[in-house]
Amino acid sequence: MQRPVIGLVAAALACSVPFAARADTRDEIAQIRTQIEQMKRDYESRIDALEKRLAAAEADAGKAQKQADQAQTAAKSVAQQQRGNAFNPAISLILQGRYANLSQDPDTYRIGGFIPSGGEVGPGKRGLSLAESELVFSANADPYFSGTLIASLAPDGGVDVENGYLQTIGLSHGWTLKAGRFFSKIGYLNEQHQHAWDFIDTPLPYRAFLGGQLGDDGVQAKWIAPTDVLVEVGAEAGRGRSFPGSDPNKNGTSLGTLFGHVGGDVGVSHSWRAGLSYVQAAPDGRAYDDLDSGGSGVTNAFTGHSKLWLADFVWKWAPNGDPTRRNFKLQGEYFQRKEDGTLTYDTLGAALPGAYASRQSGWYGQAVYQFMPRWRAGLRYDRLSPGTVDIGQVQTGALTAADFPILQPYAPTLQTAMIDWSPSEFSRWRLQFARDKSRPDLTDDQIFLQYILSLGTHGAHTW
Amino acid sequence: MKTRILLFLISVLAAAPAAAAINVLACEPEWGALTREIAGDRAKVYEASTALQDVHHIQARPSLMAAARRADIVVCTGAELEVGWLPVLTSESGNGRIQPGAPGYFEAARQVSLLEIPTQLDRSRGDVHPQGNPHIQTDPRNIARVAAALADRLAQVDPPNAAWYRERHRSFDQRWQQAIARWQREAAPLKGLKVVVHHQAFTYLFAWLGIDAVGALEPLPGVDPTIAHMSELLEAQKTNPAKLVVRASYNDPRAAEWFAGRAGIPAIMLPFSVGGDDASKDLFSWYDDMLSILLKAAGK
Repeated sequence: MQRPVIGLVAAALACSVPFAARADTRDEIAQIRTQIEQMKRDYESRIDALEKRLAAAEADAGKAQKQADQAQTAAKSVAQQQRGNAFNPAISLILQGRYANLSQDPDTYRIGGFIPSGGEVGPGKRGLSLAESELVFSANADPYFSGTLIASLAPDGGVDVENGYLQTIGLSHGWTLKAGRFFSKIGYLNEQHQHAWDFIDTPLPYRAFLGGQLGDDGVQAKWIAPTDVLVEVGAEAGRGRSFPGSDPNKNGTSLGTLFGHVGGDVGVSHSWRAGLSYVQAAPDGRAYDDLDSGGSGVTNAFTGHSKLWLADFVWKWAPNGDPTRRNFKLQGEYFQRKEDGTLTYDTLGAALPGAYASRQSGWYGQAVYQFMPRWRAGLRYDRLSPGTVDIGQVQTGALTAADFPILQPYAPTLQTAMIDWSPSEFSRWRLQFARDKSRPDLTDDQIFLQYILSLGTHGAHTW
Repeated sequence: MKTRILLFLISVLAAAPAAAAINVLACEPEWGALTREIAGDRAKVYEASTALQDVHHIQARPSLMAAARRADIVVCTGAELEVGWLPVLTSESGNGRIQPGAPGYFEAARQVSLLEIPTQLDRSRGDVHPQGNPHIQTDPRNIARVAAALADRLAQVDPPNAAWYRERHRSFDQRWQQAIARWQREAAPLKGLKVVVHHQAFTYLFAWLGIDAVGALEPLPGVDPTIAHMSELLEAQKTNPAKLVVRASYNDPRAAEWFAGRAGIPAIMLPFSVGGDDASKDLFSWYDDMLSILLKAAGK
C-alpha cells in the first residue's frame, strides 16, 4: 500500500519539475529528490525489516507447531508403549494398625442376652496389632458391567473376599443390578467399609443382629425414582451365608432383604436421609456355643425364621454446605428382631429340640463434630434390649434357664468417645475410649489408638 | 383399580422425559450459569455446589443422587476435580445418559489446555491433580471455548432444540467477546501485579491478566496454611514483595488475614464462581466484580 503511494508522490513531483525549471529552484528540486529518495529507502528498509520479522515469526510458529507435533508424537508413543496395561483396573489400598488397651480379656467377649452372631464382633487383640488391610480393584468390564473386588488381608495371613461383585453400568430409568458378594444396602452403616466408619468398631446392634455387617452372596436390584427428593428402593436375595443366615446346604435363596431410603437437602447447609429396611432369613441349624448349668460347653442350634426391621436416620450440617472447616453429623439406627422356630439344645449330645421365640431390639445414636479443619470429635451410645425370649424346653421344665446362660435377660450398653485427626484426606489417626458393658455384670474399659492410610485411587466421598 | 393405578404410574413415568426442558446437573455454579446462558428456559439446571464450597470436598449427598438420576446431561469441570463424588453419582444413579463417554457426560476441562500439569505425581506433594490445575473458569477465554463445545453438546443431547442452543450461543459469544475486550482494557493496569494466593485457585485468571502469583499460603496444594510456611513467605516479602493476598470465596479468611496483617498489605476475597458474593449474579457480573475488586485493591 505504502509503496504505490510513494511512487505516485514521486511521479507527481517529477512531472511538476519541467514546469518549474528555474535556476533558483533547481537546488530545491534536487533537495526534494534526495529527500524522496531518502524516504523511499527508509520505508523500504522498514518494510524489509517487517517482512523479515514476519518470516521469522512464521518460522517460529512453524517451529512451535513442529515441537507441539513432536510432543504429541512422544505422548502418543508413550501411550502406545503403555497399551499393555492401559486397561488395568483402578487400585487402592487401605492400611490400618492399632493399639488396644482392654481391661477385660477379649477372648471372653460376648453379648449377654443374645444368641451369638458368630461374626468378628469382639474388640480384637490387646496391644499393638496390624488391623486388616484392604485391597480394592475396580474397572468397567465392558459397556454393560463394572466389576469390583475388595480383598481383605488378615494380619495373621489369609485373604478374605470381603466384596466381589458385578454391577450394571447405567441401566437407565434408575435401575442398577448387582450380583456377587457385597455389603447389603440395608440401614445406613451396613454398606460402609470399616475404614470409613466414624469409630473403630461397629455399634452393638450391628454386632448382635447382623454379625457385624451383612454381606451375603446374592443379587440386588435397586431403583431410584425420578423425583427431586431421593427415593431409593431395592431388594436383595442371597444364600444366607452369614448371620442371621446359617449358610444352608440347599438350592434357592434363604436370605432376603428389602430397603428404602429417602433423602434430600434443607437449605444449603443441611442434608438428611431416612430409611427403613427388612431382613428375613431362614437359618437351618444355626449353631452357637454356650455353657450348660454345670459349666461345660454345649453347642445349641436354631432352625426357623428370623425377621429384622431397621430404621435409620442421618442428618448432616455444614456452614454453607462446605464441610471443609466445620461440620456435624447425627446418626441413629433402630433394630427390632423376631425369631421363631426350634432351638435344639446340645446338638452333639442330648440333642433336645424345643420351641424358641424371641422379640428383641436395640439402637445406637452417634454425633460427630468437626470443630476445626482436620479435627473431629464424636460420641456414641449403643443399647440392646433383651425383650422376651421364650425357650420351650425351659417352659416345659425339661431344662432350666441356667442351661442357657447366654440367653439370660441382660441389657448390654456401650458408651464410646473418640477424637480423630486427619492430616489429609488420605490419612487419619484416631483415639477412642469406650466403656463396654456387653458382658453381663462386667465392664470393659477400652482405649484404642488407630491409624488408617489410604493409597492409590482417590476414595469415594459417599454420603 | 390396580391396573388403573399402574396405568397412571406408567403414564406419569412416560410423560416425564417428554417435558420441554432437559434436566442438567451442573457440578459447579459457573457451568450452571453458562448452561443457562446457552439453554435459557429449555434447561432445568441443578447445581451440585456453590462458590462458597470447596469443590474438592463435596459429598455424593442424597439430593445429588436424585438429580443425577434425572439428568439428561452432567456439565462438570473434569480433570479429576470431582473425582471424589462424580463417579459415585454416575455409577449409582442408574442413569445411562450420564455415563463417562456418553453425550450426556460433559467435561469442560477437555475443551481447554490446562496449566500447572504436575511433572511428578506423588501425594507427598499435596493434593495434586494429575491432569493439571482444574480451576479453568477464571479465564474468560476458557469460558468461551467451553461455551462453544457445550452448545454443540446440548444440541446433540436435545436435537429438537439444536437451533435454539446454537442461536443463543452465537448471541452469548458475541456479548462475551465484547466483554473480554472490555475487561482486557480495564485490567491492563493489573499486568505485573504481584500477589500471594491462598490456593492455586486463580492461576488462569492471573495467566490471562499477567498477574504474578509469587507465593501460596498453602504449603502444598490442598494442605492447610501453616504458620511456619507463612513465615517463610513473609521473609520472601522482603525481596520480592507481593501487593495483595488473594483468597477464593470458599477459603477460610483467617490465613489470608494473618498474612496480610503481618505483611502490611490488603487481603482480598475473589468470588470463585457465580454466587461467590452478592455482586456475582451471572458470568458477566462475576468477571466485572473480580476485576473491580482487583483494581480497587491494587489502587489502580
